[in-house]
Amino acid sequence: MSERVKREPTRLVPVPSTNIIPERDVDKTPILECRHLGIDFGGLTAVNNFDMAIGRTEIAGLIGPNGAGKTTVFNLLTKVYQPTRGTILLDGVDTHGKTTVQVNRMGIARTFQNIRLFSNLSVEDNVKIGLHNQINYGMWQGVFRMPGYWKQEKIAHERAMELLSIFDMEAMADAKAGSLPYGAQRRLEIVRALATNPSLLLLDEPAAGMNPSETAELMDNIVKIRDTFGIAVLLIEHDMSLVMGICEGICVLNFGQIIAKGTPDEIKNDPEVIKAYLGSRKEG
Amino acid sequence: MKTLKNMSKTSKTNFATYGMVIVVFAVLQLLGSDLIQRGGVLSPTLKGQLVPICAYVVMALSLNLTVGVLGELSLGHAGFMSVGAFSGTVAATALQNVIPSPGARLLAAVVIGAVFATVAGILIGIPVLRLGGDYLAIVTLAFGQIIKSLIENLYVGMDVNGLHFDFLENKIALAQGGKMIVNGPMGIPSIQKLSSFTAGFLLIMAALFVIFNLTNSRSGRAIMALRDNRIAAESVGINVTKYKLMAFVTSAALAGAAGTLFALGQNTLVASKFDFNTSILVLVFVVLGGLGRMWGSIIAAAALTILPEALRQFADYRMLTYAIMLILVMLCTNNPTLKSFFSSLAAKVKGSAKKGKAKGGEGK
Repeated sequence: MSERVKREPTRLVPVPSTNIIPERDVDKTPILECRHLGIDFGGLTAVNNFDMAIGRTEIAGLIGPNGAGKTTVFNLLTKVYQPTRGTILLDGVDTHGKTTVQVNRMGIARTFQNIRLFSNLSVEDNVKIGLHNQINYGMWQGVFRMPGYWKQEKIAHERAMELLSIFDMEAMADAKAGSLPYGAQRRLEIVRALATNPSLLLLDEPAAGMNPSETAELMDNIVKIRDTFGIAVLLIEHDMSLVMGICEGICVLNFGQIIAKGTPDEIKNDPEVIKAYLGSRKEG
Repeated sequence: MKTLKNMSKTSKTNFATYGMVIVVFAVLQLLGSDLIQRGGVLSPTLKGQLVPICAYVVMALSLNLTVGVLGELSLGHAGFMSVGAFSGTVAATALQNVIPSPGARLLAAVVIGAVFATVAGILIGIPVLRLGGDYLAIVTLAFGQIIKSLIENLYVGMDVNGLHFDFLENKIALAQGGKMIVNGPMGIPSIQKLSSFTAGFLLIMAALFVIFNLTNSRSGRAIMALRDNRIAAESVGINVTKYKLMAFVTSAALAGAAGTLFALGQNTLVASKFDFNTSILVLVFVVLGGLGRMWGSIIAAAALTILPEALRQFADYRMLTYAIMLILVMLCTNNPTLKSFFSSLAAKVKGSAKKGKAKGGEGK
């Protein structure tokens, strides 16, 4: 059970059984493909047999009751935990043995369920830290303020402002990140993740603590981000209006197992999903 | 003027810090040159304290880089100071004939002291900074003790044939005219004074320059990101070990330079001068001045170095007064009532300044 599954060569067409890819992405390599992914913590199997493929410009949802293992999947994808078994292919490249930092450079960026900003630094600096690997002057160029410093800092500033403008946050650029209101902190986390130039954006409960109008705005923005950057988004969310509203494919997790996969309409009417969320009626 | 207005808050603070150091230096220079002959404001004791004060200020700045900016605790910073002090002094003595100008020799000694401390910093940093948690504090604590013991058993002599090293036992047979530079537990018996207040001032400015420019660059942002949230920093692709090492080694190098400056201002030097108490003293400067706040470190280091000397009249009560002052400062800076009072005061001052500006605008 715990031995590593033999890796198969990447197929250009997604595996039919895991296919929740929107039509426009079919026939292209999926940006992310998980095969038989699983992790055990001691004797506890937190995630098992997780198969999923996400298209290049897809907005996908990962839902499930509390404790189903959704965040664990994110932690597996970003290599916070190394999977016990299974394979993760990012754009056809196996991420086995890679670290969080390497996986980020390969193109996965994420936000966190409990906000993790650099709270003592300014909003702009938070975004610039996201741009860390996009600018490449070294320590000495920074200390002695050589031309490379000025040139690249200017680019970084412009790029940071451009990214902040997605959420109309340019005016807050000099504010301390920790002093922002809750909703703005969540948005800043998304901007910071985008700054790392990802091809797959993982959002962990982006709408948590937002009111309905903020959520509606967030939905528009997620779609806008996908369209402008041409990237895939995988999001964990409990707000069904958001999930059903923007996700093209949804994957439902319960007790670490996938119980359903499909389009929003299919998921809404799936008896297994209804059972997981509402419980089954006791017979007789 | 417009550029001054557009400057961010941090760069304003940075320029204010540079300004503060320059003004204090200028004032002290004036006081020292003019009034000292007439037995005026600057007592000879205080004048003798100027170089150690500069050295401790650089130490505090350096430790603030590790503790305040990187967010790791180092309890053996005096160890780096010690490495810098002894290697720098040996270099200064050995280079006596090569570089006759005292200023250039001091510069060379400071650089060599910093290089040796850098090597020590790298040796400690590479294994320890890979670990999370408080391991750095534990290891640096031990490092301070180890360095002290090592230097207490080190013998360095110099004659026409060059430098001679020995360890544990002094078996160095020096040629005629040779002399011992480092003499085991007795330390360095005689040092030619090279350090001056001006040199100390320049070193403080150099330390500020390095620290401010580092924290205000790509690398510095990465270092502060690690302090604020390591997991998030990793998730945006920041190499944890590299940037931790960068901050720690820079800090060690500055401590080494401070050590050389300190040593070359003394008559004699023993390794036990740089013990655990010195490390803690420097940590007190940093904590008292505020983590990550460089001007705070400068003031705290200067004040707490002068204080014991200034309180010499109350010899018996000196340490008591010192302790009470420490406690009072800590209470005052952390008291919420006092804090809110000060912030409201600051807001009032700002408000009135704005009003004045608005009126001026109308007048136009």
